[in-house]
Amino acid sequence: MHTNLHNPDSGFSSLLQASALFCERDERVLFSGLDLTVSAGELVQIKGSNGSGKTTLLRILCGLNEDYEGDILWKGESLSEERENFLSSMIYIGHRVGVNRILTPRENLRWSASLHAPIDDNRIVAALGRLGLRAYEDIPCRNLSAGQTQRVALSRLLISPACLWILDEPFTTLDVHGVKHLESLLSEHVNAGGAVILTTHHALNVSCQWRALDLDSRRAAA
Amino acid sequence: MNKPLSDGAGSDISTWQAFCATLKRDLVIAFKRKNDLLNPIMFFLIVVSLFPLGISPDPVELSKVSAGVVWVSALLASMLSLDNLYRADYEDGSLEQLLLSPQPLYFLVLAKNIAHWLISGLPVVVLSPLLAYMLYLPSEAYWTLVLTLMIGTPVLSLFGSIGVALTVGLGSRGLILAVIVLPLSTPVLIIGAKAVTDVMFGLPVGSHFALLGAILALALTMAPLASAAALRISVN
Repeated sequence: MHTNLHNPDSGFSSLLQASALFCERDERVLFSGLDLTVSAGELVQIKGSNGSGKTTLLRILCGLNEDYEGDILWKGESLSEERENFLSSMIYIGHRVGVNRILTPRENLRWSASLHAPIDDNRIVAALGRLGLRAYEDIPCRNLSAGQTQRVALSRLLISPACLWILDEPFTTLDVHGVKHLESLLSEHVNAGGAVILTTHHALNVSCQWRALDLDSRRAAA
Repeated sequence: MNKPLSDGAGSDISTWQAFCATLKRDLVIAFKRKNDLLNPIMFFLIVVSLFPLGISPDPVELSKVSAGVVWVSALLASMLSLDNLYRADYEDGSLEQLLLSPQPLYFLVLAKNIAHWLISGLPVVVLSPLLAYMLYLPSEAYWTLVLTLMIGTPVLSLFGSIGVALTVGLGSRGLILAVIVLPLSTPVLIIGAKAVTDVMFGLPVGSHFALLGAILALALTMAPLASAAALRISVN
């Protein structure tokens, strides 16, 4: 386990800062007064039982869900004003992973990349190869397994210049090797000065600075 | 992993590239799923060819209704294929990726709408003279029919997109899409069909074209914004 080495004096290191978040769904309070700061060079794992609001929290943080109260700051500025900057430095992979079943992995990645900044085909092939999809570049995604589809989505992390990764249950369909691989990708990214927010029920084994936020224990304390 | 950690914003060039990539992607998907490509055009052909059987094969009778029949069928063919616009993207999560792009959503939605028109609208425009011939439309009205469809069908795609964007998150949509889209589309249908019948009676049609053009300009500038806002609500 790593201790929290976060240094509050490092000025601009805080990327995403949420304060006093309140969210209600179907007349049930998911969380209230939630504060969360994510800085460059750290991984934050959101924990909680099913239905505790993990996915909702991630969707609020990445700007997909706007049914909340509270403030979210990106590098110290309001998220709504910095939206374009925020979106070009953030990548989100939800549990609907955003991979079209008719297109091939190569075509899927080419489109995903173009939404941010188009990239060279060689990098797409390299990214797919790194996630164990060599020789699957031109097979329609409907012929791939769930785990392979997940890997296509995760390849986006390698071709994206984003510094903040927001991942919803990225380990679910991966096999043992896939899990190890993703953990090393996460460590690499965080150690290179990136930041990660993710939800998972899996016991993380990463070699970088990380901490957990437990939505259940917050609710019990409230 | 030596990659730059950028926080730059999108430029005009990357917006243009994202626009082209989205347009190309939707066209590739349509070409890979032949149904998307064939359904609207087959539907259009079938509906139009049923009218002579249902009404009368008499040239005089048919030529009176021909403009309306072609226009109504074009509208229905466009509506039939509307669901493809965002449905699959909503289900597989691509829509979330689209919404989280730093590029202006207006252009991305516009690209998807243009793709929809190229797949469902343009073939209708191209085939319309053939069907007009089948329905004994007087030959002097052919060009008017083609031109009104050329201006009108993009409007159907653009307005239809708003309806689909609003309903894409609903489990069972049923008729609600038609209830939203039809009131927006009927002015185009009325003006388009009227222009063709007026030409048959030798009346001037400039004002009809002016109106259609104005509606198209309105749809091009405003409809993608409305669709984008509706998509944000649906994905929320």
